[in-house]
Amino acid sequence: MADLTTDFLGITSPNPFWLASAPPTDKEYNVRRAFEAGWGGVVWKTLGAEGPPVVNVNGPRYGVIHGADRRVLGINNIELITDRPLEVNLEEMARVKADWPDRALIASIMVPCEEEAWKAILPRVMETGADGIELNFGCPHGMAERGMGSAVGQVPEYIEMVTRWCKQYYDRPVIVKLTPNITDIRKPALAAKNGGADAVSLINTINSITSVNLDTMSPEPTIDGKGTHGGYCGPAVKPIAMNMVAEIARDPETAGLPISGIGGITTWRDAAEFMSLGAGNVQVCTAAMTYGFRIVEEMQAGLSAWMDEKGYSRVSEVVGRAVPNVTDWQYLNLNYVTKARIDQEACIKCGRCFAACEDTSHQAIAMSPDRTFTVKDDECVACNLCVDVCPVEDCITMEELQAGSVDPRTGLTVQKEPANWTTHPNNPGAVAAE
Amino acid sequence: MADPLTPGIVAGRLSQDEVAANFADLHQPLDPHEASVAADRCYFCYDAPCVTACPTAIDIPLFIRQIATGQPEAAGKTIMDQNILGGMCARVCPTEDLCEGACVREAAEGKPVEIGRLQRHATDSLMARQGHPFRRDASTGKRVAVVGAGPAGLACAHRLAIRGHDVVLYDAKDKLGGLNEFGIAAYKSTGDFAAREVEWLCQIGGIERRPGAALGVNLTLEELRSEYDAVFLGVGLGGVNDLDAEGAGREGVMDAVGFIAALRQADDLTKLPVGRNVVVIGGGMTAVDVAVQSKLLGAENVTIAYRRGKDRMGASEYEQNLATSKGVRIIFNAQPVAVHGNGAAAEIELEYTADDGTGLRGTGETLRLPADQVFKAIGQVLTFQGLELDGRKICVSGAGRTSLDGVWAGGDCTPGDDLTVVAVAEGRDAAEDIHARLMAVASEPAGAVIGEDARA
Repeated sequence: MADLTTDFLGITSPNPFWLASAPPTDKEYNVRRAFEAGWGGVVWKTLGAEGPPVVNVNGPRYGVIHGADRRVLGINNIELITDRPLEVNLEEMARVKADWPDRALIASIMVPCEEEAWKAILPRVMETGADGIELNFGCPHGMAERGMGSAVGQVPEYIEMVTRWCKQYYDRPVIVKLTPNITDIRKPALAAKNGGADAVSLINTINSITSVNLDTMSPEPTIDGKGTHGGYCGPAVKPIAMNMVAEIARDPETAGLPISGIGGITTWRDAAEFMSLGAGNVQVCTAAMTYGFRIVEEMQAGLSAWMDEKGYSRVSEVVGRAVPNVTDWQYLNLNYVTKARIDQEACIKCGRCFAACEDTSHQAIAMSPDRTFTVKDDECVACNLCVDVCPVEDCITMEELQAGSVDPRTGLTVQKEPANWTTHPNNPGAVAAE
Repeated sequence: MADPLTPGIVAGRLSQDEVAANFADLHQPLDPHEASVAADRCYFCYDAPCVTACPTAIDIPLFIRQIATGQPEAAGKTIMDQNILGGMCARVCPTEDLCEGACVREAAEGKPVEIGRLQRHATDSLMARQGHPFRRDASTGKRVAVVGAGPAGLACAHRLAIRGHDVVLYDAKDKLGGLNEFGIAAYKSTGDFAAREVEWLCQIGGIERRPGAALGVNLTLEELRSEYDAVFLGVGLGGVNDLDAEGAGREGVMDAVGFIAALRQADDLTKLPVGRNVVVIGGGMTAVDVAVQSKLLGAENVTIAYRRGKDRMGASEYEQNLATSKGVRIIFNAQPVAVHGNGAAAEIELEYTADDGTGLRGTGETLRLPADQVFKAIGQVLTFQGLELDGRKICVSGAGRTSLDGVWAGGDCTPGDDLTVVAVAEGRDAAEDIHARLMAVASEPAGAVIGEDARA
C-alpha cells in the first residue's frame, strides 16, 4: 500500500487532501466532520482583523454553471471572509487542533495592508497551535474593494512586503495564496518567494459572471435585481489552475518553491495531475460543497491504488514528475508526425468527426454513402479534433508515422532526429543546427 | 359483478379503478428536466441516420437540440414543419423500427436516444400554447376535395390549406381522425388526443369538414372530380379479410378493428363486454392492440395465434414484448382450422404450420384452446373501386398520382407500409404535388418543409 502521508513544509498530514479556506471550513462543527471523514488537513475560513465582523449579503451567494442533468461544472461565489468574531474562530481552532493533532490546520488570514494589523493578529493565531498560516491575497470580490484580497495579490510589491511582515512576526510556515486574476502568475509567486514565503497556494477564484437572468436582465447570483462579479471555481477552472501551477514549478526563478495546488480538484486523478505538475499537496472546496465530505474516501483510495499500480510508494515521488515535460512551444518536436486512425469496428457512424473536420478543420475525413468515415492522410494535419469530438472512446486514435516514411500531406520523409522551431528554416531567429 | 373468470363475453370484469389504471398513458410524458437529460444524449449526428429513417424526414437532431436549449415549442415547430401529426406519431410510431432503431446510440450501447418521447414533449409543448403555429398563404381560389380524414387526409388537407387552397374534408364516419380516432390502442392516445389533434390542425383555417360522407354511399368520385380542382383519396382500407375456417360465422367471432373502434368510442370501458378466453388470429399491430386491450379489460386468457414464425410477425419486437408483458400468450406457426361450439364459440382448433420454402402448410398436428371470443386481425382490404390497382391497393405514381387525372391518393389505400407516419408523408407530398399542378409551378421535392413563410 502506498503511503499517502504528506510532509508539506514540515507539516505532516495523513494524506495530501486538504480542504481549502472556504465555507466548508468556516467553523468547528464542519471541520470536525471533515476530519472524521478523513481529510488530511483544513485551511480555516479566512480570519479578518478584530472588530465588528464582516457582513455578507442576505440573498444568494453562489452562481453555478450546470452541465446536463444539473451536473455542477463550476460555481462562483460572492461570500466574504468569515463573518464570525475572531475570538470565536480562534477558540474553535485551538480546540480542534488539540483534538486532531495528526491533521494539518492552517489559518487563512486577511487583514488590512498595514504592518500593525498583521503584527496584532499573528501572535493570536500562534496561540491556537495552528500549523501555519495562509495569506489570502486572492479573493476577488468585496474585500478587494477595501484594499485586501486580490487587491494585494495583484501587486507583487505588496505581496512581498506583507509576506516579510508575516515571516517577521510568525515563526511557523507561511503560505501565500495567489489570485489568478493577473497576467503572469510567476510575478506574484516570485514576490512571495522574495518576501520569504515557505510556499504558495493557487489558484484562488477567478473573476466571473456565471450567467445572466434574461427576464430580469441581471447577472446571477442576483441580489434584488443587481449582481456583481464573483469568484469562479470548480472543475471548469482546473485547466487554468494547472497551467499556473506548472508555470511556477518550471520557471527557474520560482522552481522548487513548494506549491499547494487548488482549482477544481474533484477526484484522485485531478489531485495526481496537480501533484505531477509540482503541487506538494492539494486543496479542495467545490467538490466537497457539491458532494459532501465523503468524497475524500474515493480520493484516498484512488490515489493509493494508482500509486500502487505505478510503483510509487510515497506521495513525494509523484510531485513534480511531469514538470520536465512542460515546455515552451518552440521546443516541441516538429518531426513528430501523426495521422488520425478510425477503428471501423468501434465506429458508430455518427459523423461528428466528419462534420468537425469538414466544417472547421482540414477536410481530411471522407464519408462514403454507407457512412464509412476514413482519414485522408494527404490532408490530415493531426490536429486531434476528430478524436476530441468522437463520442466513442479510443475509436479514433493518433498514429505516429515512423521515421523514413513519407507524410502524404507534405511529401516529406519523416526524420528520425527531433527538430524544433529554434532551428527551423522559417524562423528568422533560428540558430544554425549543429 | 363479473370478474375475469366469468364465462362468456361479459362487461365489467374489472373495476373502474383497475380499468382506468390499465388504460393510462403507456409512456408517461417527460417533464422538462427529464427531457433535457434525454435530449443531452443526442450526438447531433452529421446527416443523421434517424432523419433518414423517418418517413417524414423530421430534422430530429435540430428539434432535440432545441429541447436541450430550453425551447420545446420551437422544437415542436421543427417537427410540425415536416409532420403536422407529429403529436400522434410521437405516440404511435414504431420508433424501434424507425428513428430509434437507426440511432447511433442504439448501435453503440443498445439504448437509443428517446426520440419518440422527446417528440411528444416538443409537440405537446407546442400544442399547449394558444393559437396555431402556421398561417395560410393568400387564397388561390382553388378548391380541393380530400376524402378520408385519417392521417393521410389530415396531412394533405393541412398542407393544401397552408398553400392557400380551400379544402373540403370528407369522412365516412361522423367523427374525423380515421385510424387515429378509431384504430389506435387506447393507451397510446389518451385524453381524447386524436380528436384534439384534429381540432388543433384545423385551426389553420380553410378546411371545411363534412363528416358522414362516404364514397360509394352518398358521394361519387365523378361528382368530386367535376366539382373540385383536385381530389385526394385517403380512404384507408374499409374491409376486413374473412377467416377461412369452419365455424367462422359463430357468435363470438368478430373483427378486431370493429372491437377496437368500439373500445375507442366507449364512454365507460367497464361496460364493454369481453370474453373470458380470447383468441386473436393474426400477427400485425392490430392483433397486438386487440389482444392487449382485451387483457386490460379483464379477460382471463388472451392468446395470439400467428400462422408464421416470430421473425415474420408484422408487430414489432417491442409490441410483441408489450403483449407478453401484459400477460398475452403468443403462439407462432399455428393457423385456425375450426371454431367449435354449441351455437356460440367455445373453443378454437389450431393447426401447426411449417414452411419448407414452397409455401405455408399445415402439419396435421392440432391443438384446441378455450375461446368464447375470437378476433380476426388478419388484414384489411380496400373497398373502394374505380381506379387502377396495384395488387389490392390503389396504384399510384410519383407523389400519389392515380390512374385518373386530377385524383391523388395516399395512406393505407395505396402501396407501402401501413403506418401513420407513412400516411402523413404521402398526404403531405401529394398536397405539394397538387399545389404544383394547380399553380403550374415546379413541384417541391418530397419531404419539403412547410417553410419560413408559413410560420405564424
